[in-house]
Amino acid sequence: MAPLPDWVGLAPALALTLTALVVFVIDTVKPRSNDRALLAGTTLLGTVAALAAAGAVLVSGMASGEGLTLFGGQLVVDGMSLFFSVIFASVAALVTLASYDYLAGQSEQAEYYALVLLATAGMCLLASSASLATAFVSFELLSLASYALVAFLKEDKGSVEASLKYFLVGAVSSAILLYGISLIYGVTGGLVFDTVAENVVDTPHTGLLGVGVMMVLGGFAFKTASVPFHFWAPEAYEGAPTPISAFLSSGSKAAGFVVAFRVFTVAFGFEILTDVDWVLAFQVLAVVTMTVGNFAAATQENVKRMLAYSSVGQAGYVLIALAALGGGSDALVLGMGMSHLLVYGFMNTGAFLFVALVEHWGVGRTFEDYGGLGSKAPVACAAMTVFMLSLAGIPLGAGFFSKYFLFGAAVDAGYWWLAAVGVVNSALSLYFYTRVLRAIWGGDANESLTIESYPVGLYTAVVAAAVVTVLLIPAFGFVTGPAVDAASALF
Amino acid sequence: MLIELLIALCLLGAVVVFLLPDEYAPFGGFVASLFPLVTSFVLWYGFDGSGNAFLQGGQLAYETDVEWISLGQYAVNWHVGLDGISMPLVVLSTVLTSLAIVTGWTPIDRQRSGFYALLLFLEAGLVGVFSTLDFFAFLVFWEAVLIPVYLLITVWGGPRREYAAIKFFVYTNVATLVMFIGFAALVFGLGDSVTSLDLPAVTQALRAGELGSLGGVGAGTLRLAAFAAMFFGFGMKMAVVPFHTWLPDAYTESPTPVTVVLAGIVTKMGTYAMLRFNFTMLPDIVEQYAQVIALFAVVTVIYGALLALSQHDLKRIVAYSSLPSMGFVLLGLVAYTPYGLSGATFQMVSHGLLSGLLFACVGVIYSATGTRMVGDMAGLAGRMPVTAAAFVAGSFGYMGLPFMSGFMGEYFIFQGAFDSFPGSPVFTAVAMFGIVLVAGYLLFAMQRALFGEFRVDGSSTVRRAAVHDLAPLVVLIACVIVLGSAPHLIFSMIADAVGPLLGGGL
Repeated sequence: MAPLPDWVGLAPALALTLTALVVFVIDTVKPRSNDRALLAGTTLLGTVAALAAAGAVLVSGMASGEGLTLFGGQLVVDGMSLFFSVIFASVAALVTLASYDYLAGQSEQAEYYALVLLATAGMCLLASSASLATAFVSFELLSLASYALVAFLKEDKGSVEASLKYFLVGAVSSAILLYGISLIYGVTGGLVFDTVAENVVDTPHTGLLGVGVMMVLGGFAFKTASVPFHFWAPEAYEGAPTPISAFLSSGSKAAGFVVAFRVFTVAFGFEILTDVDWVLAFQVLAVVTMTVGNFAAATQENVKRMLAYSSVGQAGYVLIALAALGGGSDALVLGMGMSHLLVYGFMNTGAFLFVALVEHWGVGRTFEDYGGLGSKAPVACAAMTVFMLSLAGIPLGAGFFSKYFLFGAAVDAGYWWLAAVGVVNSALSLYFYTRVLRAIWGGDANESLTIESYPVGLYTAVVAAAVVTVLLIPAFGFVTGPAVDAASALF
Repeated sequence: MLIELLIALCLLGAVVVFLLPDEYAPFGGFVASLFPLVTSFVLWYGFDGSGNAFLQGGQLAYETDVEWISLGQYAVNWHVGLDGISMPLVVLSTVLTSLAIVTGWTPIDRQRSGFYALLLFLEAGLVGVFSTLDFFAFLVFWEAVLIPVYLLITVWGGPRREYAAIKFFVYTNVATLVMFIGFAALVFGLGDSVTSLDLPAVTQALRAGELGSLGGVGAGTLRLAAFAAMFFGFGMKMAVVPFHTWLPDAYTESPTPVTVVLAGIVTKMGTYAMLRFNFTMLPDIVEQYAQVIALFAVVTVIYGALLALSQHDLKRIVAYSSLPSMGFVLLGLVAYTPYGLSGATFQMVSHGLLSGLLFACVGVIYSATGTRMVGDMAGLAGRMPVTAAAFVAGSFGYMGLPFMSGFMGEYFIFQGAFDSFPGSPVFTAVAMFGIVLVAGYLLFAMQRALFGEFRVDGSSTVRRAAVHDLAPLVVLIACVIVLGSAPHLIFSMIADAVGPLLGGGL
């Protein structure tokens, strides 16, 4: 059999883009039809196709090792980009499934699904970006689609306000990122990561380079909602349609991380860049992000905001993957960061989708409103229990494994104090995660609440996310292997 | 594959029961618990405890060892197996879970399917703890036990349930973290001489003296620190004084079936793990600091008994009476003699049955009279003879009457502890005095609550107990007497397992 052409490596992004075009065609043929089943079905098909494509290319081994280089080094398809494509496509599939019910009665649904698909395509391209230019373009493809999606509930003041905030902060951070990129271009004369890495070694302009690196770091910190660039996150997550909150806090965050992983290990590798100590910057960022995120989450009265802040805290754990580099077990710690993002993709998406489900029933958003839900909707609440405990790092879901291996890898790299901060934060996070459980299982039931409908799509999405979160415990070995392989290809 | 089957049956039962409508859940839960029960008896019937993987490189019964997560030194294997120490505890878990489900039929009146599903889930965690031989899998099951207990207390517990549940969760979780650090320090100290977190491999390497220094800390200090960390972690779970304060709250606020499982099996996780980790892996520390550990044991016996003596709530009396028994177990372990270790293991099983029996009695009395205060009731024996007889039998078992399981356990412990380390006769004698105190508060409670003129504050009658309320009591008494009069049923397998730890047979 003849070897497949290299562009097959981009199959996940291509599948998503083509599906987006198909959705546009459907909307053109039958404008304003809002045929939910057709639109959601097509989108789901597209995301599943992307998932299958990413999995197939990953398993086929055609992108193993250094990976495939496309378009003169602008894009690269390797284990890491495919691994993350799997995450993005899974999150998009879950979100699509959940949106089917959530969007009932809304207008412009075709646009919604098309934007989700394009944003996911942007994430996949971001994972494959091997140049600061493609990284920035994919970044904007993702961001612009996200701004529009956050504002999707046009009639809802909160949604529009959230989008405006998100857009303003996002535009500023894009500008900062772009300025950082231009400084780096000025210093190194290249945008492709490999060129940057070559020229960065003996540049006389280390001061300028340092400013550039820090500005790029700031741009990524915004996308991953790391402290102190996290202020937009709770607002945007709270105002957005809840499936979109899930999408942003799981998918978009992972996208920010994947490009950060690649830029900082390939372009500004710490072993070549001795004058700019960005590992230290990430250590500070990780500790502050974990602590601020978890403390803020602990003081919330609103479940959705609590989840938003807790996802800030979770970003802090993943930052350990970058903060513990240079300690001798780089591939291990980076691979564990990737594994945590995969598990997080399911458990965090699931948690937000549960909130969407509860909103669909017309229940409020505070802990008190959640009282006694366990007796009304036991299966969904059991799924939520899995998400909360998994996020807290208790072994009902694979979050336990991914977190302990991440901390273990940090210890192995010699950064035991990072792991210690992580463990303390984990213990703190138990407080607010179990608070949800206390509310849904132990709280006083709201007698006037009757659950009339069981939305099939939302329910399926929540249960599917829970099942995957649990099944990843026995299957965790299948995750870590490719993750560490992918990470070791970077060094 | 039988161990996997046992765990899978518990989990499958939990899922099925969770999906059942509430009215079928109690009976459904009981039926679901019979599958693991029967499986555990099949395991027991075909048990061959002659191999000891921990020290002789042999093979444990029903051993499976397959790769799970492959990551160099962090490799996690699915490694399970049973020896004479874990086998009785697995059977105890399945038996007590089935009985606990039956004791819940009367008092649990809401969200039943969730309740029984959680009990079955808890059973899976317990069986997992007693059968895994890989540290990571052990930790998974160990932590997994926390979840159902937390939810069971927080949803179905008494008036102060949230306080008790959070206290339990925080205390035991912190204990786990400390224990984890202690064990991790040992593994890191062993460096390249172990390639995984396999418990037998770590044990053999530690016993072979391969522990190096870690981060400038010498091997000797590292051993001691790790021992202390693990002792704290497991001591918290088994409620050694002064780490016992979570226990009375958790026991008192739990509904009856949860108390039965909590007191009967969950505390045994602590004693079992302490035997497996502290005492099997670092016997030299035990020898060196025997008096210190024995002091913990004796204080737990005496102080626990005194605390029980000062209670007025029947359930709290029974709750505190767990402390002396746990103290005896610790004394047997620290003796580190054949009789001491096997007595301690026997006492784990015995105390599981006896505490289950007494808590079940308290549950029946509470649902019959509506009160648990000893001062509010008298003369119950006339109106509820079976329950009263069971309570008396259980109390006598606790006091160590011959032909009951408590006697065998305590006899072996004292026999083993008496002449084991310098000063041990004094410690043993003081601990034996604890039995007098145990007899004191139990007789006191029995006399006040059960005998004399009938009186219950607030009502002149008591609700009749149903057959399913009394059946677990009868079964438990039968078990206690059978084990007391025919201890060889489990004693021979315990001896097989304990012998190699001490480098010889019994």
